[in-house]
Amino acid sequence: MQEGQTFHCMFDCGPSAIAQMLWLIPAVPIFASGIIAVLKQPRRKTASTLAIGSLSFSLLLALIAFGHVLSGWTNGQAVRETVNFTWLQFGANNVDLGWVLDPLSAIMLVMVTFVGLLIFIYSTGYMAHDENYTRFFCFLSLFAGAMLGVIIANSILLLFMCWELVGLTSYLLIGFWYLKPSAAAAAKKAFLTTRVGDVFFLLGIVWLFSQTGTLLFYNNGAGSIEANVLTALLSQHAAFGLTAAGAIGLLIFAGAAGKSGQFPLHVWLPDAMEGPTPVSALIHAATMVAAGVYLIARVYPLMQAGALTGGTTAALTVVTWVGAFTAVFAALIAVAQNDIKRILAYSTVSQLGYMMAGLGMGGVAVGMFHLITHAFFKALLFMGAGSVIHGCHEEQDIRRMGGLKSDMLVTFLTYTIGMLALCGFPLFFSGFWSKDGILEAAQHFSVSKVPFYMLVFGALLTAFYMTRQMSYVFFGVNRGAKNAHESPRAMTVPLTILAFFAVVLGLIGTPAWPWFRGFLEGHSVNFAWSGFAEPGLPTLMTASSVVVLLGIVLGLRLYGNNTPRPDESDVLERALPVPWKWLHNRLYMDELYGITVIAFYGWWAQVADWFDRHVWGGAVTAVAWAFGLWAQLNRFLDTNVVDGSFDKSCEELSTGGGLLSRMQSGRVQTYLRLLALAVIALAAILIWSSRA
Amino acid sequence: MSVVFYLIAGLSVAGALAAVLLKNTVHCALAVTVAFAGLALMFLELDAQFAGFAQILIYIGAVAILVVFAILLTRGSDTPTDTVFSKKPIVGLVTAAGIFAIFGWAILHSAQFLPHQTATPSVTVMDIGNALMGRYVLPLEIVALLLTAALIGAVIVAMHEKAGAK
Amino acid sequence: MNPLTGYLLVAALLFAIGLAGALTRRNAILVLIGIELMLNAANLNLIAFWRYGPHPEALTGMMFAIFSIAVAAAEAAVGLGLVISIHRHTHTTDLDEMNRMKG
Repeated sequence: MQEGQTFHCMFDCGPSAIAQMLWLIPAVPIFASGIIAVLKQPRRKTASTLAIGSLSFSLLLALIAFGHVLSGWTNGQAVRETVNFTWLQFGANNVDLGWVLDPLSAIMLVMVTFVGLLIFIYSTGYMAHDENYTRFFCFLSLFAGAMLGVIIANSILLLFMCWELVGLTSYLLIGFWYLKPSAAAAAKKAFLTTRVGDVFFLLGIVWLFSQTGTLLFYNNGAGSIEANVLTALLSQHAAFGLTAAGAIGLLIFAGAAGKSGQFPLHVWLPDAMEGPTPVSALIHAATMVAAGVYLIARVYPLMQAGALTGGTTAALTVVTWVGAFTAVFAALIAVAQNDIKRILAYSTVSQLGYMMAGLGMGGVAVGMFHLITHAFFKALLFMGAGSVIHGCHEEQDIRRMGGLKSDMLVTFLTYTIGMLALCGFPLFFSGFWSKDGILEAAQHFSVSKVPFYMLVFGALLTAFYMTRQMSYVFFGVNRGAKNAHESPRAMTVPLTILAFFAVVLGLIGTPAWPWFRGFLEGHSVNFAWSGFAEPGLPTLMTASSVVVLLGIVLGLRLYGNNTPRPDESDVLERALPVPWKWLHNRLYMDELYGITVIAFYGWWAQVADWFDRHVWGGAVTAVAWAFGLWAQLNRFLDTNVVDGSFDKSCEELSTGGGLLSRMQSGRVQTYLRLLALAVIALAAILIWSSRA
Repeated sequence: MSVVFYLIAGLSVAGALAAVLLKNTVHCALAVTVAFAGLALMFLELDAQFAGFAQILIYIGAVAILVVFAILLTRGSDTPTDTVFSKKPIVGLVTAAGIFAIFGWAILHSAQFLPHQTATPSVTVMDIGNALMGRYVLPLEIVALLLTAALIGAVIVAMHEKAGAK
Repeated sequence: MNPLTGYLLVAALLFAIGLAGALTRRNAILVLIGIELMLNAANLNLIAFWRYGPHPEALTGMMFAIFSIAVAAAEAAVGLGLVISIHRHTHTTDLDEMNRMKG
């Protein structure tokens, strides 16, 4: 099956029924969120029922969609059905929206709805004592709908819209306990940092649209990542020796880096642990952060365009390096953290680096497989951590925990499974197979072998810090203040289910039966033990196993059952104080940003304020002053000219009256004289008029 | 025009002039009496005997006496040193002259339009009596009323004010 | 010359003289004398026109003159009464000093 070929329909062309109903998958949770938003706070049962019900419905539809794609795949036909429609038209251009149903989106749909549903159920137990229960489910539902929208989007604009919505709900959920200043600050930080990435993403979208003239990914050969269009993009050159395709790919990767917490935009993810644990599990482990990886997977043809067989493009190389660097960087920091969720957060950053590296070196299947397995075991770990926090009465510092393996047995067992999956413990755990897939691709990376060594070192560190964490939390004696208790069934049952999948999922990606790759790439697979016999593969598997075991042993040796008390310092801290300090302070990334970006912004804000105050404010003051002057002038005119003239005329009138009154001399003879004169005058007039 | 006319006219005019020009007010009153007499003669000349005698009776017999009484009653305030004419008598003279000029001009210019029937009218007192009681009875009564009012009015005006009404 | 004209001229002359006296003399009584002269002149005018007018038997002129004489007499009486009254208050008959109505 070649890239770009669409569904060959024989009888009834056009998208199938499920493909046409695909929009319901994100729409129903969003609609449920809207209804929950207008519910009153005490209606908790209604809110959670609506949320869980809507997501269950979405899960059902996702399963149907997956089944449809699966049946198509087993029949040897690659399924890629799109439903597109025009939203706006301006001039000769159309703004199109649409959704796509293909293996990639089908598998992501199932994963997101399933893990999401489990976390929703978990939340009913975890948030049971919170008074903002209803609001929580409203936001959770909105998030679920938005994430599902990102997955099915066939139009890059629709993807961006849902992407932003996902960012918004992440902000709302991180800052759920908004009255806590640290939570509000963390939410703001998350939003702003991902915003930086989103700006580049938007630039990439605009560039892509302007060059290709379409927003759709797949549109019967005319989509922006389909072959014909890509060749046109490849012929254009941008700066730094990149083609247009490569440059756009890098811009889109910048957006993905923001959302998926790659260096240097990773700073928000650890702080995002201020949100409730279900939020951390859903958003910052399984789904939202995976959206970045999914985006790269979705536009992979663009990233890969121009690569010669066996080679790679500049864009993908950048992705690989950033991913590998992030993997090691975050793992190092995780070693020196003391908050149970922060260790897991840095672990997430590190694993996302692995996914990016996997995408860069090995292609969509490799990266996506790790994404799927990671979603399950990371969600499991976060939920387990939540269970621990709940059991330790809201304690989050690992130095104040300990000895919980007997008090919280189910949590301990499921957590162990999750931890081993994360470390990539050989053979029985999904993480092993997915991580090995990445390592194998790294081994064959044509550009350099350095990412491979970095990733191996990262695996060692992963095993080490997870062992450290488990030692602190579950082994040894209880250093906490109170006694711990196991969590309720609503919380432990999802844990168990996820643990099951953490183990079982590995089976779909083994070299013996690479079903996952085959499904995504549209070719059939057979089960064959000979898959293990590929050159270099057994060595690699052994090597990675050794590394993992080494890490675990090291951890147990250093920590094991004798983890230090809260007032004592860590073993490593005593051994290597300076590196410890650096790692504990997160390699001072936040401080660096503080003195550069934020300081610059503060300075710029001050400049703008000065400008506003003095230039604009001065202009306004000048206008006001001019008005005042005008008013004064008017008053002057009014008093002196108008009033003055009026007064003058009154005076003259008075004087005239005075003059006239002199006619009243009071002397009779004067009056008589006047009478006589009047008679003369009258007579004269009469005579003259009669003579005329 | 006959000589008689000129004589009588001259008498009247002379009396009037004297009345206006003399310093002593009693002399003025006497002079105006002469003028009244002259006019009465003119009325007789004009065959208006009744008017003439009425003139003599009323004007000379009553009005002139009255004027003399008034002059005598208000004596003591005229100081002979002051001039008898008011301020700027020229204005009055000029005005009077103007009046005479206008009237004279009008009379002379309309001489041809004036009626001149020369038959002597025969008017008896009985005719006058009949006219007064017949045609002119209303004016007669009104004049009677007027005279009564004037009489009472004059008395009141000239009466000494009572002590309480001050 | 028409005899009527002569009489009219005389009347006009008497009128003018009377007016001159009324306008120029200081004493209030002399002003009244002037007014009497003017009235007399008017009477002369009336009688003259009666005599030489078309219908002297209608006695219009004569009647008019008689009534005029009557009214003049009444008016002289009242006027002089006023003058006496004023003299009693202000002890003067000088018209120049009687200007309390001055505006």
